[in-house]
Amino acid sequence: MNAARKPWEERSAALVVAPARPRKLAKVPFVELADGRLQGVVSSGSDIERVYVSSLTAANHSFHCSTNNNRPCGGIRRGGCNHLRALADEAVLQYGVERVARYVRAEVAEDATTGAAVLAAADPWHEPSAGAPVFSRFLRHLAYLELAATTEPLPELHWFPAGGAVR
Amino acid sequence: MRFDLLAAPVDGVSEAYEVVAGFDGALVGGLLRPGAEQIAALHALAAAVSGTPLAGRVAEAVDKTIAGSISDEHLAALVAARSALLGASHDALLARLDEAAGRGREPWPAAGLGSLTGADNLLAAARSWLSDLAIAGWRGIDHDLVSHADQAVQALLADLRLRRLGALLDGFAGELRACAPGATMPRVPVRRWADLWARAVLLAQPGALASTEVGTVSGRLLPLGVDLHEHPTAVQAQVHAVLETADGPRLVRASVSTPKVDTLVGSGVWQLLRGHSALLAAVTEQRAMDLTDMPVTAGGDLIWSDEHTKAGAPAEPFATARVQLAAASAAPVPPLERHPVRIAEPVLLEGYTAAADDDGVTLTLPGLTVEVDVERMHSAGPLTPALVAASTACIGLLRWDGHWTIQPLAVEAQVKRKTVAVHAGAWAGGAADAAGAKAEAAAADAAKVLRERAGRLLRR
Ligand SMILES: [Zn+2]
Repeated sequence: MNAARKPWEERSAALVVAPARPRKLAKVPFVELADGRLQGVVSSGSDIERVYVSSLTAANHSFHCSTNNNRPCGGIRRGGCNHLRALADEAVLQYGVERVARYVRAEVAEDATTGAAVLAAADPWHEPSAGAPVFSRFLRHLAYLELAATTEPLPELHWFPAGGAVR
Repeated sequence: MRFDLLAAPVDGVSEAYEVVAGFDGALVGGLLRPGAEQIAALHALAAAVSGTPLAGRVAEAVDKTIAGSISDEHLAALVAARSALLGASHDALLARLDEAAGRGREPWPAAGLGSLTGADNLLAAARSWLSDLAIAGWRGIDHDLVSHADQAVQALLADLRLRRLGALLDGFAGELRACAPGATMPRVPVRRWADLWARAVLLAQPGALASTEVGTVSGRLLPLGVDLHEHPTAVQAQVHAVLETADGPRLVRASVSTPKVDTLVGSGVWQLLRGHSALLAAVTEQRAMDLTDMPVTAGGDLIWSDEHTKAGAPAEPFATARVQLAAASAAPVPPLERHPVRIAEPVLLEGYTAAADDDGVTLTLPGLTVEVDVERMHSAGPLTPALVAASTACIGLLRWDGHWTIQPLAVEAQVKRKTVAVHAGAWAGGAADAAGAKAEAAAADAAKVLRERAGRLLRR
């Protein structure tokens, strides 16, 4: 026989965060659950030089949407704007509805499947804040692809097994 | 292989882990104001190393921590004590594994210390963040504290000499960010975060990441399989192989890694790595590679560079495992890597009974029932837990995380009354089937979108 499996708390390689799921990035190149917000960047449909920075704050369900040049979004209504809706939809694709709803503290029905359901439960109200920190998170995200590969071993990555065969 | 030897506990390991668990528990609430239980745990840590050269410094660090005046230097001493206990556990476990496998292992050479210049400020920034974490404790982390690591991580990643620390801190900070604020976390990954934190403190010490001496090696390289590591912003493929040298067969590893973004996952990650190592294509084609003067570390890691290689003859991993693995000698583990999580020893398992239930898959061998580490099985290849459950032979990595497990790299299984071999790394050089090709194309698309966005927005 072999000793029994240790509880999650006592395992070095315990899985803490499930890997993101792949999705198409053309419309929403960046979304994350971070800094207490669902936040990300939505490409403008009309101007390829412009992106919208949108976020929904978990603590009070306020939302923000502006361009990367800090112009306010023209489509803001009670409950969000098109960019926030696109962001919520893509977040659900990337993380699953349960994790998104839990992070933004939206009480969705058990059979909820969409970003719209999360927004309906959160009922976001508009409060202009700074879009710059989210935009700089996006730039930081993009910069990862510019970093060089290496063939020197990274032994610390033994703590980070690639997963996904079973969920 | 004497599997029965793995069934018995290894002397001292559970005692070492008990002491470590006490210290790790103290990190949950933070080291600023340790309570009675935490103070007892710190004393136990000092007592555990009291017969070693660390004794004086650890005892002082414990006193200062209890008195509420902890410094970077004291934290380093506490981490040294914890690492010594886990390092000793690693050594004892690996010695047992070597005994069971009849595997010879070279001793660690007494090597001169290299140097690392121009990194002092960055390492100090990393240490300062790690100190703040230890003082706050996992329950005390918030978004602000976590994001304080961002600048240092970016700079560490950009400097290849410091990539190890950068990739570690980045993966660690990503988990903290996803879980913050700590006060409302339903459960805390106590062992894991203490591990990641402690290794980061070690690597952030001056000189820890200094370059080490590298030799060269020549011979025919016969791949056994690929171990894939990944966190949201990094991926590493580590090929385990037998190298036929003039002095006999040796076990070696060849790694390739790159930073990435979290939306590039699954079989999409191979294309990020392929261009940097022809070995990945050789794995898919099941070919050997002929190496001439390939750089190699004392720890058995090839520092891969395609210019030292030539494509070789066909080589089937199960044939390699059956003919060469038992006689191959293993490399010693570098001192700063000694931790049970680093144990990943290639073995061939045959003649077992596989069973699957809700809890996972197990392989019953003479004298040992070993659990298949399904959490280390990924979706970037065709090997699935179900195939392992239907298998008759397995090339895998023996690992230890509280108990022995096997991480399959390849299996032979009966499919439609024929024995077929399925490899976890089969798609490393290119996907063979429609589903894999589709996933690759989607990932290529995603990377293209991000590069286009970077081209428009990043260089402003
Ligand atoms: Zn908007």
